[in-house]
Amino acid sequence: MARYIIKRVIAAILTLFVLVTIVFFLVRLMPGEPFTNPKLTPDVAANLRKYYGFDQPLIVQYFKYMGNLLRGDFGYSMHYTNKTVNYIIGQTFPYSADLGIRALCVAVSFGLILGILAARKRGTKIDFFCVMVAIIGTSMPDFIIGACLQYFFGIKWGLFPVAKYQGFQYTVLPACALSFYTLAHVSRIMRASMLEVTTQDYIKTARSKGLSEVRITAKHQIRNAIMPVMTILGPTVAAVLTGTFVIEAIFAIPGMGKYYVESVSNNDYSMTLGMTVFYGIFLVFCNLIVDILYGIADPRVRIGKK
Amino acid sequence: MQEPILSLKNVVYSFKTYGGTVKAVRDVSFDVRPGEILGIVGESGCGKSVTAQCIMRLNPEPPGFFEGGEILYKGQDVLKMNKKELREFRSKEIGFVFQDPMTSLNPTMRVGAQIEEVFRGHKDISRQEVKEKALEIMKLVGINNAEKRYRQYPHELSGGMKQRIMIAIALVSQPSVIICDEPTTSLDVTIEAQILELLLELREKLGTSIIMITHDLGVIAKICDRVVVMYGGKLMERGTVDEIYYETAHPYTKGLMESIARLDTAKDERLHPIEGTPPDLFAPPVGCPFAARCEHCMQICNELPPEEIHFSAEHSTVCWLQHEMAPETSFRRPHMDAGKEEI
Repeated sequence: MARYIIKRVIAAILTLFVLVTIVFFLVRLMPGEPFTNPKLTPDVAANLRKYYGFDQPLIVQYFKYMGNLLRGDFGYSMHYTNKTVNYIIGQTFPYSADLGIRALCVAVSFGLILGILAARKRGTKIDFFCVMVAIIGTSMPDFIIGACLQYFFGIKWGLFPVAKYQGFQYTVLPACALSFYTLAHVSRIMRASMLEVTTQDYIKTARSKGLSEVRITAKHQIRNAIMPVMTILGPTVAAVLTGTFVIEAIFAIPGMGKYYVESVSNNDYSMTLGMTVFYGIFLVFCNLIVDILYGIADPRVRIGKK
Repeated sequence: MQEPILSLKNVVYSFKTYGGTVKAVRDVSFDVRPGEILGIVGESGCGKSVTAQCIMRLNPEPPGFFEGGEILYKGQDVLKMNKKELREFRSKEIGFVFQDPMTSLNPTMRVGAQIEEVFRGHKDISRQEVKEKALEIMKLVGINNAEKRYRQYPHELSGGMKQRIMIAIALVSQPSVIICDEPTTSLDVTIEAQILELLLELREKLGTSIIMITHDLGVIAKICDRVVVMYGGKLMERGTVDEIYYETAHPYTKGLMESIARLDTAKDERLHPIEGTPPDLFAPPVGCPFAARCEHCMQICNELPPEEIHFSAEHSTVCWLQHEMAPETSFRRPHMDAGKEEI
């Protein structure tokens, strides 16, 4: 197991290296550059360029950046003067992660419940309801869901505050809005997977043992059906936890999403790179966890047992 | 003659599908007596498995449903059992061994736990006892190193070993009957021989009745006491193994036997397959289902379903060729007088 994890970590580092290299050169290909603000005089802009090392050849900049990256330094933001990228991530990530974890808990628990229910009651009204939720969740953009939640629960019925992030009741609406897509996705996959497992021979074996339907579902179906859900969960966790621009904007949450998106339009090279690397590390890490979880859920993929 | 432990009486079982109703089992009756091995033989799609699964009501319902008949187990009708009784019946009274051991065990559950699960819902037994029983049955079905196997997962076992586990699951609660649905079809010949040997041995030791479903007449010859031949969802012929082999009374049974390769088949001789395919069960033929493929088919065979004709206490067939008005053929057997009156 330890060897497997070491192998995976090495592979992850290689992946990240390729990712950083590609993104480093890609951001330079974007039209414009960081210091084109009309308020800056040419002299100031030139000074700034020199200060950030833009006067040096690209390849030198690249190696310098990689060197700093090895020390965990993402550099200074080129838009928010005097703030390092590390500082901004440190300030905003906790909010995004906090919201993301809440959203994930809602999405995974309700998604699984809906999926299992739908499969168990296939063809009934309950199934129809669950499928409807899945379709709505998948097809409705999150800003519409967010706005609807705000209007009904915030304004019309006054149950929850509409915006800001200052306590538990503030988190309810954004977490729900954020969770909806994942919830729909999870329930859809769980339903399909459960239905597939239902026709397996070992379910018939379980039935021939005289087990109750509840026990068959709990002991035999769910564990075998959960693998596809885990597969999508890796990337989903990374995406949900690192913040979403739209939800954070609608609910005025000081999360990462805004900085990531704006860094591109601001030509804030170090910020784009830093955020990408951060997201990349997170994604690779989540996928690693999922791979380890596979082994726990399914003994057939357990690796290097001694 | 011993009282039957399980008897099927005129069972009619169908499936509702988009294309119409599939009449999978049409008026099938047979008995299973204590301690005997009853073979059900027939080619694919003739209703063997559906019949077997009917007994434990393992066919998915819907789409499957009983159109009629009764299945009596020790005098109680399985079709009238409520959910709880049915669960109890499945867990205590009857076991089922499926065709493919590769897919019939839950891949994410330890083998031992899968055996022990049978005792779920038995209240008068402690965990320790359950474990002891599981280990005991594992040893009984010939699993070496049972303590170690007990903690393993199905993918760590070989095919033959998995089938032994399946048999252990079927037997652990000491049921009176186990149904084996082609238990050796997916195994290689050596393992097949071992498994058949094991079944015979278990019958000796435990006195369990076994219903053996197969398309392999070799398997039937090796272990069965009595045989039921099925075709097109109907019974064609039944009798003791000797009667079926040496006093074959139905052209279908004869066809089945001629299509097996034998040691004494001459090198340049070809096997004799039964030409054609089984009937469409969406609209089964009015007369004898085998008529379309039968070499000896007469006009009446297509028009009227034949009646059951008895030759001895055990041996009977459903074929017009055996009717007293039928022309003389090599199939003709002397009727049993008592049987005649019954008809």
